[in-house]
Amino acid sequence: MLFDMFKTFFKVGAFTIGGGYAMIPIIQKELVDKKKWVKEDEFIDAIAIAQGSPGAIAINISIYLGYRLKGLKGALVSCLGTALPSFLIILLVATVFFQFRDNPIIEQMFLGIRPAVVALIASAVYKLIKTSQLTNIRLLLAVVTTLIIIFTDISPIYLILIGGIFAILYYGKRDERRE
Amino acid sequence: MTILIKLFMAFFKIGAFSFGGGYAMLPLMKETVIDIHNWLTNAKFIDVLAIAEMTPGPVSINMATFLGYRVSGLLGSMVATFAVILPSFVVISIIFHFVNKFKDSPYTDYFFKGIRPIVLGLIASAAVSVAVDAYIDVKSVIISIFIFYLVTFKKFNPILAIVLAGLIGVILY
Repeated sequence: MLFDMFKTFFKVGAFTIGGGYAMIPIIQKELVDKKKWVKEDEFIDAIAIAQGSPGAIAINISIYLGYRLKGLKGALVSCLGTALPSFLIILLVATVFFQFRDNPIIEQMFLGIRPAVVALIASAVYKLIKTSQLTNIRLLLAVVTTLIIIFTDISPIYLILIGGIFAILYYGKRDERRE
Repeated sequence: MTILIKLFMAFFKIGAFSFGGGYAMLPLMKETVIDIHNWLTNAKFIDVLAIAEMTPGPVSINMATFLGYRVSGLLGSMVATFAVILPSFVVISIIFHFVNKFKDSPYTDYFFKGIRPIVLGLIASAAVSVAVDAYIDVKSVIISIFIFYLVTFKKFNPILAIVLAGLIGVILY
């Protein structure tokens, strides 16, 4: 299991191109769809925790899911798996290929990869919306959040906290009424 | 030895105060690396950032490895990378134990129920912000639609999709 986790997160680390959220569809495919190690809901919770904590999102998610799956050992293995490809590739670049930045083929590859990253993230959102069967109000909340993030400088952490605290108050009240 | 301690302290600080992932840590990293320690010039920093963005993996890890290597060789790269990850590890460990302890409380359940739509919104906004840089012409939009179709409806593997998109990029541009 530990070695399997290492391999999976190594893949995640190796293909996280174009910012933290690029790994979301990859983790979704590997851990949720294929291996069924975590449920869709748990995965969303892990994203929230990763986003609300300091540091790289991919690293945070791997540490959290590592804990979920196999405790401290799992967290260490997943974290190492995610960080190692970066480390090795960067060492290679720093020692051998500093010039590779000016290579036109690399530039062309990225012109193709960047729009693909948009598609991958959009696809992840599509799947999450479909599987989590959001009510209209919750879908509206998601859309409003998107707009707030795009058009204002409000930190996502505050939005996460507001959403969580509001839900505690709302559902807590509902429970009281039921009793 | 002192240089390794300096590297450790600098990247620990960057790791600890960069909320929101990747690009959020750039201002702090710039200040630490350029203004405080003079490890790089501004122009060189931009070069290194371009490399960190082009190579796979989280930008902060890539930057730490690269700068650590430049400042103090292999040992430096290991120290800087370890230091930038350490705060994440500590914070996530605490959160995990906290969540685990209260996982049977209805409030934990409510909290997570409340944040799920918010997180979906965050991810969607990430797609939009990448799109702003990625959609440079009609070809890039078509690539995006094509890949979305493959991954969403044909269960195409996302890793293969990235490789395929890279190939398409070389062919089209």
